[in-house]
Amino acid sequence: MANLKELTHREDRLAGGHRLCAGCGASIAVRQVLLGAGEDPVVVGCATGCLEVSTTIYPYSSWKTPFIHNAFENSSATISGVEAAFNGLKRAGKIDPDKKVRFVAFGGDGGTYDIGLQALSGAMERGHDMVYVCYDNGAYMNTGIQRSSATPKGAWATTAEVGSAQPGKQQKRKDLTAIIAAHGVPYVAQASVSHWKDLTTKAEKAFNTPGAAFINVFAPCPRGWRTPSSATIEIAKSAVQTGFWPLYEVEDGVWRQTVKVHNRKPVEEFLKPQGRFKHLFAPGNEALLAEIQADVDRSWDQLLARCSQD
Amino acid sequence: MPEHKTLAATGNSVVAEAMRQCKPDVVAAYPITPQTTIVEEFAAFVAKGKTHCEYVTVESEHSAMSACIGASAAGARVMTATASQGLALMWEELYIASGMRLPIVMANANRALSAPINIHCDHSDIMGARDAGWVTLFAETAQEAYDNTIMSVRIAEHPDVLLPVMSCLDGFITTHSIDRVSVMDDESIAGFVGDYEPQNALLDTDNPVAHGNFSGLGGPYFEFKKQQREAIENSRAVIKSVGEEYSALSGRPFDVIETWGMEDAEVAVVVIGSTAGNARTVARHLRADGKKVGVVKVRVWRPFPYAEIAAALKGLKAVAVLDRSESFGAEGGPLFLEVRSALYDLAERVPVVNYIYGLGGSDVKLELIEQVFTDLADIAAGAAAPAGLVYLGAREEA
Repeated sequence: MANLKELTHREDRLAGGHRLCAGCGASIAVRQVLLGAGEDPVVVGCATGCLEVSTTIYPYSSWKTPFIHNAFENSSATISGVEAAFNGLKRAGKIDPDKKVRFVAFGGDGGTYDIGLQALSGAMERGHDMVYVCYDNGAYMNTGIQRSSATPKGAWATTAEVGSAQPGKQQKRKDLTAIIAAHGVPYVAQASVSHWKDLTTKAEKAFNTPGAAFINVFAPCPRGWRTPSSATIEIAKSAVQTGFWPLYEVEDGVWRQTVKVHNRKPVEEFLKPQGRFKHLFAPGNEALLAEIQADVDRSWDQLLARCSQD
Repeated sequence: MPEHKTLAATGNSVVAEAMRQCKPDVVAAYPITPQTTIVEEFAAFVAKGKTHCEYVTVESEHSAMSACIGASAAGARVMTATASQGLALMWEELYIASGMRLPIVMANANRALSAPINIHCDHSDIMGARDAGWVTLFAETAQEAYDNTIMSVRIAEHPDVLLPVMSCLDGFITTHSIDRVSVMDDESIAGFVGDYEPQNALLDTDNPVAHGNFSGLGGPYFEFKKQQREAIENSRAVIKSVGEEYSALSGRPFDVIETWGMEDAEVAVVVIGSTAGNARTVARHLRADGKKVGVVKVRVWRPFPYAEIAAALKGLKAVAVLDRSESFGAEGGPLFLEVRSALYDLAERVPVVNYIYGLGGSDVKLELIEQVFTDLADIAAGAAAPAGLVYLGAREEA
């Protein structure tokens, strides 16, 4: 793993000047992941979403590397096709047999947990030599903060409104990282933009693992979470420290916590600074807060049970 | 000169053979009746090491076309096959393939669309995709399916075109019936299709490019669509020249429409796909009785051969258009709408009647075609044309 000094000398493959919001977690995730790709060329695929519309406004592109956007639900299938072409063209003798290229697909949680889950599952099962990176900001931010299956229980979203009959989203999040781990692919990890070294190390491992790899990156959205642009990293850190978003990896089926949390903080510390959870702190919603804490505790215990006790 | 070998084979079998001979770098496909034997036979070529192709066994047709798009943008020669619901599931990606100007070649085994679910032949699958910007060829026979597949590669990859091409064959009738087919040797086909020289390939990593950029309000979307229109118009000349070159190689004639008996015909049937054979059989019998009848078969559906159709049907006393799909709420079936539009600019009006036939594999008996010619003879003799379209052979009660 490269140290911070070495990383600063690596080429940034996502140029500045893109149109993402200040404090957007997605671009931080992309830059840290691509730093883990090393010196080899990378072909990037991207699902429709904030990241795509903000970085590829014709005739401009923020990508200093080959890039393809196809549609919303299929960045995994699209990149699997690019990787297939690499193999086919090598066999045809049209590409140098020693040439190395990395393949990575990005998608938000809407394009990954929901509409893209089938294509992602297919690409993972087929075992293409690719990395799929989900930047999880917990809602359909590009279309205006609609709920996804990654939206936390109790959160406000424009299709999970807060009113007298309903305090925000009623359902729990889907545990996508575990779902992909259940595919038995060689490398799966959960990471956060707040822990750059952990994320970049995971990206490096994912790129260096032959076959399919998946990283789920926690990427706050100031616009959708109703948080200040300057708070992105702090809130992401708080998700880790409260156990809301544990950092771990599953390498060849072995689960391991990569960042230990010794004095896990109450989930309220993660929820309270965010406008999307404001209603939970109004009188009468104490039971819901307790339920959210209980869910976090249960998931945490499940994770610890899965992780090898090293 | 090529070596020709005569086989007894199904349409699907020779499509798979043609695909292997065209040397695709990637095939990404999902099985669906009645296309399955294409992907099965191609899988056998892969297993036996008879192709260098990377065969991607995707989890849906949507992912099939998505992977084809990625592979084609990467710089590979890409082929696939589908049918019916599979083509419908690909719908979003069909437009993206043509909009990104990717020369993907796809066989489509024409099958009815649900509901009710039905696995048999009609053209509602491709007709639902007719505005997707794909050059579209139709085969009557297994032989034409073989020939069209090979020509499709050259048409798609031509620098003046760079559009995906769909090569259609009728489900079960053409895909699964054993037919007499002449195939050529591998070397001749490889020489004919040549090597694909991609432009702006993703895998040309020293020259990074972006595919699929965003075009918002005021962006170039409108102008890109105009370029797509120009490209498919360009394909008219390319189809003709590729067809001539292929004819010289194969010894089989090719044109965008095929005419039978049209030199002195007074009435004619316009048809697409396998039913052309039924129509010619009936026409031959009627000719023996001295009736001046003809048949026009449409082999290239997109771009539609308006000028050729108008020239073939000019001066006729009555024309019947046989549609194997519906366009509910329209004046008639998709082929009828095109044919009547092609005739609009003629100085003298040609009466045209529309028959919907054979939906969901409903049997196309010779008597039904005879009925059409009888109607045409009546109209030519001054009888009134039927009001609206006719469901040919539909039972009174299902």
